[in-house]
Amino acid sequence: MSKFGLIAKGILKENPTFVLVLGMCPTLATTTSAMNGLEMGLATMFVLILSNIVISLIAPVVPDKVHIPVYIVVIATFVTVLQLLMQAFVPEVYETLGLFIPLIVVNCIVLGRAEAFANKNSVGDSALDGIGIGIGFTLSLTVIGIVREILGSGSVFGWKFIAGDGILAFVMAPGAFIVLGYLMVLFNKLARR
Amino acid sequence: MAAKSNLKNMALSLTLVCLVCSAILGCVYAVTSGPIQEAEAAKTAASIARVLPPFQGVPEQEVVNVDGADYKYFRMPGAGTAVISTVGGFGGPLTLMVGFGEDGLVVNTVVLSHSETPGLGAKCQTEASFIDQFKGWDPAAKKLAVRKDGGEVDAITASTITSRAYSAAVANAYQVYLKLSENE
Amino acid sequence: MEYLLIIVSAIFVNNIVLAQFLGVCPFLGVSSKLSTATGMSGAVCFVITLATVVTYLINNYLLVPFGLGFLQTIAFILVIAALVQIVEIVLKKISPSLYQALGIFLPLITTNCAVLGVAITVVSKEFSFGGAPHLMNLGEAVVYAVATSLGYGLAMVLFAGLREQLAMNDVPKSFKGLPIAFITVGIMALAFLGFSGIV
Repeated sequence: MSKFGLIAKGILKENPTFVLVLGMCPTLATTTSAMNGLEMGLATMFVLILSNIVISLIAPVVPDKVHIPVYIVVIATFVTVLQLLMQAFVPEVYETLGLFIPLIVVNCIVLGRAEAFANKNSVGDSALDGIGIGIGFTLSLTVIGIVREILGSGSVFGWKFIAGDGILAFVMAPGAFIVLGYLMVLFNKLARR
Repeated sequence: MAAKSNLKNMALSLTLVCLVCSAILGCVYAVTSGPIQEAEAAKTAASIARVLPPFQGVPEQEVVNVDGADYKYFRMPGAGTAVISTVGGFGGPLTLMVGFGEDGLVVNTVVLSHSETPGLGAKCQTEASFIDQFKGWDPAAKKLAVRKDGGEVDAITASTITSRAYSAAVANAYQVYLKLSENE
Repeated sequence: MEYLLIIVSAIFVNNIVLAQFLGVCPFLGVSSKLSTATGMSGAVCFVITLATVVTYLINNYLLVPFGLGFLQTIAFILVIAALVQIVEIVLKKISPSLYQALGIFLPLITTNCAVLGVAITVVSKEFSFGGAPHLMNLGEAVVYAVATSLGYGLAMVLFAGLREQLAMNDVPKSFKGLPIAFITVGIMALAFLGFSGIV
């Protein structure tokens, strides 16, 4: 596969949200606005790229039976690094995303890519895979965030175009599920063409 | 592909990975702990600046016990006292910082953290007509409770519980302020 | 009284799946049949409770006193992974029938964010159940963990029931499978919103 193909497949053919349906918890919880979705996507991408690189490097020497715990420790390390960096330099963002930053550890996408791709591919390819899947994840989260923000608050990226409140249910829990459901329908429809 | 596993290399690799990772984290922690503390201090200082008149010097956090609960406060001589007060809101704890001038009137209030419903209770952070009514409030003369409960606070539409909690937090902060004035 | 509030709040008001979005992946994965949904709920309940107790003790008696708070995430996930392994081995030895029922779900639980989510929430978030806000003590933490996992079970069993009905209906092609499942969960979550404010 070409270098470009490696990145592109994460956006459409193997889109983590709409096709693989992985990492649903942050997808639903943090997309109350477009900005939050974008930030969560970028945070996950950071961990995804670094853990993919390190895991592809150490995979040949890790004994088979303990590979999962070793990968989890590696991922948890990068998540904690991210946590500390965010606390230090972007504390407001860290507060908004809250619990879902440490929970990147158990995001099935990260461990899933380590298992399915990084442990049997070269460092370069694994990094590209991380970038591709990361971009795909970030895009999906941002799109869901945009839709929920338009319906729920009448604004896009904080720019308000309707005075007053939106349909509050879309900012709250039910809206997350419903918007994701309908976007999936749309994605399926377009993908089948 | 992955190496063959036996007890020795399994134990060895796990220990090694844990050690290396802890070491890395220790280093990152050492580097970031300074900026993290600075960020927190900056946030507190910004909140204090919002609830008190302009002041000189660096705020020092102190703790006082009122009715069995500990309250954090910042005493700025010449400007006033900022008290942090937490109560149970609609969705979880609601934490406010309340600033009192040297005359005992509320200067301003600011929400430090909350888990109220977006678009309803969460308006206690943004709705100017609600927040502004506390500016210059004299707790000794005007009762800090929503009108439904016989007080003089105008509640946020459809969010009585949040408004009630907000008023209670300010009232608690005033008790702390009174206790501090007594001690002086 | 306080325990009752914790229980009602954790099961209905702040339902772990429908309001907090934790553990959604396994929720969707194993809820297509009622029997597997019950099995998974049982296993999750067991692990969440055990993991919460162990991580609570580790956090308050090991990490905090030694100023190692930054190792929290890594320590918790290792504890959970090890715990799941131990539970699996012990269960196999002492109760083969229970192992048969829960066994296949156990490995899946390590990456169930509900477990890590509850463990982190319990040691870091202040709660105010009918009193001054405070961090949970061990008793409250255990009650919270049990109630949360019961809420998980409730949501999962209800949803599995709906999905079994859904499977027999004719839905438009693009909605088949997960999309219609998400919309169904959305409507369930809407119904659960009705509980908000009772605690």
